[in-house]
Amino acid sequence: MEGILTRLASGEVLVCDGGMGTMLMERGLPPGACPESFNLEQPQVLEDIARQYVDAGADIITANTFGGSPLKLALFGLADRAAEINARAVEVARKAAGGRACVGASLGPSGKLLKPYGDADPEEVYAGYELQARAVIGAGADAILMETMIDLAEAVLAVKAAKAASPAIPVTATMTFDRTPRGFFTIMGVSVEKACAGLAEAGADVIGSNCGNGIEAMVEIAREMRGLSRLPLLIQPNAGLPQSGPGGTLSYPETPAFMAGRVGALLEAGVSIIGGCCGTTPEHIRAFRGAVGEHLRGA
Amino acid sequence: MEILSHIRETLLQGDDDGVRDLTRTALAAGLTARTVLDEGLVAGMGAVGEKFKCHDIFLPEVLLAARAMYAGMDVLQPLLAGEGVPALGKVVIGTVQGDLHDIGKNLVGIMLKGAGFEVIDLGHDVSPEKFVEAAERERAGVIGLSALLTTTMPVMGKVVEAVRSRGLAGSVRVIIGGAPVSEQFARQIGADSYGYDAASAVERVRALLKGP
Repeated sequence: MEGILTRLASGEVLVCDGGMGTMLMERGLPPGACPESFNLEQPQVLEDIARQYVDAGADIITANTFGGSPLKLALFGLADRAAEINARAVEVARKAAGGRACVGASLGPSGKLLKPYGDADPEEVYAGYELQARAVIGAGADAILMETMIDLAEAVLAVKAAKAASPAIPVTATMTFDRTPRGFFTIMGVSVEKACAGLAEAGADVIGSNCGNGIEAMVEIAREMRGLSRLPLLIQPNAGLPQSGPGGTLSYPETPAFMAGRVGALLEAGVSIIGGCCGTTPEHIRAFRGAVGEHLRGA
Repeated sequence: MEILSHIRETLLQGDDDGVRDLTRTALAAGLTARTVLDEGLVAGMGAVGEKFKCHDIFLPEVLLAARAMYAGMDVLQPLLAGEGVPALGKVVIGTVQGDLHDIGKNLVGIMLKGAGFEVIDLGHDVSPEKFVEAAERERAGVIGLSALLTTTMPVMGKVVEAVRSRGLAGSVRVIIGGAPVSEQFARQIGADSYGYDAASAVERVRALLKGP
């Protein structure tokens, strides 16, 4: 299969997968348990979810490594198994993909604030990302998907660590923005403009936004990014904000049909990779795939 | 008083050494600890909260301002005990069971303290039972719940249930907040209030403790 960047350069629009954490909850992940523990204990569950996304038409699926930084795994006493946990996730995703989809490995926030705002040393955070990157690349990941970042400094560390592990590995870098009266900013005050410039300078191949917003706000963010950067854009909205469902469950308001109805607007804004975040399911991805196809045929 | 406005400005700039020195200077000039607290530190944090709410500043500036506030508080604390300054009310806060994220919760704690409330911070990964026990033991009027993960949001409903089953509904109010949480979600699980951000959480807590 051709590399992601080659496919993007040829003008192809790619679809990536949807939510993982919310899918794991439906399969018995207790509130607050370590989602990456599934990599060791229940890989068949991950394989099943990944296969559903591939069947739904995802070109890229995401290995379950979002919280795989040793800093985060330390909270569950799993820091010393970080390399193994990250590698297992990629192996199981590759098995599910069976050559039908590329496998990206997620890098999420360390959960700590860097000095001077918190007590985390940049060296320690960087080392955590580098360990993750080496493990997932060693296990055969096709790309690294850094996501849900709110601090540009931390995002830059993650991108640089990934590129240090392998200069050739495609790295996507997405941040989570909130709508404010003055425009979109992360909670740490990173504007879309600063994110575009900083992520590109760090060496990201693809930039964009994931989580925090439903699809409507993401269309606006994508338009803003397109005006500021020439890099390919990746957008992964939530299925809206979670609501309380029956029996302590959560439900998400944005249906596959509703979100698919806005996929055309994302493509017109210049987005090259479309996927989902919290609350999106294989049904959403199937609908996105259909909407991308329709849009391209109609264009 | 010029020195009090100087304290507020220095706090807003996140200059902890500056606030510590100015607090000492203000006391040496004869101001009471209470005055320096209320019109210097608390008013300064109020302005910080207001700016945060309006998105004029973001989390980094708030965290540095909070550090400056604590630098001043450390100077005042021994004196305040002597002056017998009553807190506005007690609030038990924590991140719900299973959730290890405490940046948002800490921010709310800072703003509540900055507004003059006594804050009992139970930390993260706090079970519903622990919240209720702490509220009873401390005679707190409000429990503040934080969650960042969508996977832990349902635990918030369990805390509301625990408050009810202990017969504390009405005397202990529950306010919730966190990135994925919404006003609608708060209503759905029967929480008494919802804080959109740290500054509005303080306003809402104030309203809850005032009673209906």
